[in-house]
Amino acid sequence: MSHSHTDHEAHNAEAMAEIKKVTIILSVFTIVELILGFWMMSLTSHSLILAIKGTIVILMMAKAFYIVAYFMHLKHEVKNLIMTIIVPLLLFVWFIGAFLWDGSSFRNLRNDYDPYFKEQATIKVEKKEHGAAKHEAADAKHEAPAAKHETIGTSHETAKPEVEPYY
Amino acid sequence: MSTTTTASPNEAKLWGGGKSPFNSEYGKVMMWYFLMSDAFTFGAFLISYGTVRFSTNGWPNSNEVFRSFPFAPEGVHAPLVFVSIMTFILIVSSVTMVLAVHAGKNMDKQGVVRNMILTIIGGIAFLSCQAWEWNHLFHEGAWWGANPFLNADGTASSTNFTNFFFTITGFHGFHVFSGVVINIIMLIMTLMDKFEQRGHYLMIEKAGLYWHFVDLVWVFVFTIFYLL
Repeated sequence: MSHSHTDHEAHNAEAMAEIKKVTIILSVFTIVELILGFWMMSLTSHSLILAIKGTIVILMMAKAFYIVAYFMHLKHEVKNLIMTIIVPLLLFVWFIGAFLWDGSSFRNLRNDYDPYFKEQATIKVEKKEHGAAKHEAADAKHEAPAAKHETIGTSHETAKPEVEPYY
Repeated sequence: MSTTTTASPNEAKLWGGGKSPFNSEYGKVMMWYFLMSDAFTFGAFLISYGTVRFSTNGWPNSNEVFRSFPFAPEGVHAPLVFVSIMTFILIVSSVTMVLAVHAGKNMDKQGVVRNMILTIIGGIAFLSCQAWEWNHLFHEGAWWGANPFLNADGTASSTNFTNFFFTITGFHGFHVFSGVVINIIMLIMTLMDKFEQRGHYLMIEKAGLYWHFVDLVWVFVFTIFYLL
């Protein structure tokens, strides 16, 4: 921003142009995200899906930047104020990395050393029809765990102490 | 951009005492720090969701779960449609909030009132959409501790999915609700000429920061729950 625009009117026009620009950017990014989301439904290739998910995350971060920088005016604040907010948020880099790593490590360990956990991921259970569930709304809640119980016995409602639910 | 140049003579004066070194009002700075702490709360929720998802072999397919919308004929499924409407409602209400803040800076009371009303309508519309979706999922048998959906590969799913979904969208919905209440209070104060008497509309700016934060969180919740 140049400071030559001391004129009130010019400053106003500049601010409105910025609002308009950011609105368009946010809408376009959201539409692109949705297009990618729809496209992803028809895909089977794991690496391609992963690449699309990465793109969606980048778009998400870009949207977050535009909201914080322009709608919340953080970009127009004094640098010290910006730093006291942004620097603590950098902790998220470590949070996300460490916790997701920990989660996937836990899964690998359980798959290696816990045969029951691994077996659960291979047993298919019968798919319930959503339409039917809607009609019998009251029963649906009790039916679903019961159906699971027949095949693998993870229901917590029926007393079966020898099989612990694995979450 | 040029407002943040370091080592300028202005910088030394900022810290020379007698004025706010952040060149910002106290309440606004504190609102920023509150939002930062709130970001950590939401971050903790979303990261724990990610951790649990990464430590589980199967996970429900969001396109299977969130595929309904109001007034849809029986058997018609449209994943992502309803949630994209909700997303655009929140983006639009964010824009009207910016316009309200902008009008406030120009001491334009009519503009503030008009845009605050539009923002409140957007917030209520979003909450209505969320209420419909929660109600719909509840009647499908989903709730805290109950998950009628299977994993994407057809294996049995745990209740982690629904627990996280209702906790995080519920916490966000509660923020939207408080935002709407704050905005209504701001609208009443504007109509009572409170800000005209004070000579500034800084309260609208603070309410605006909160409202944008709600929109910001939805960007993450929407992406993580419905797209990834």
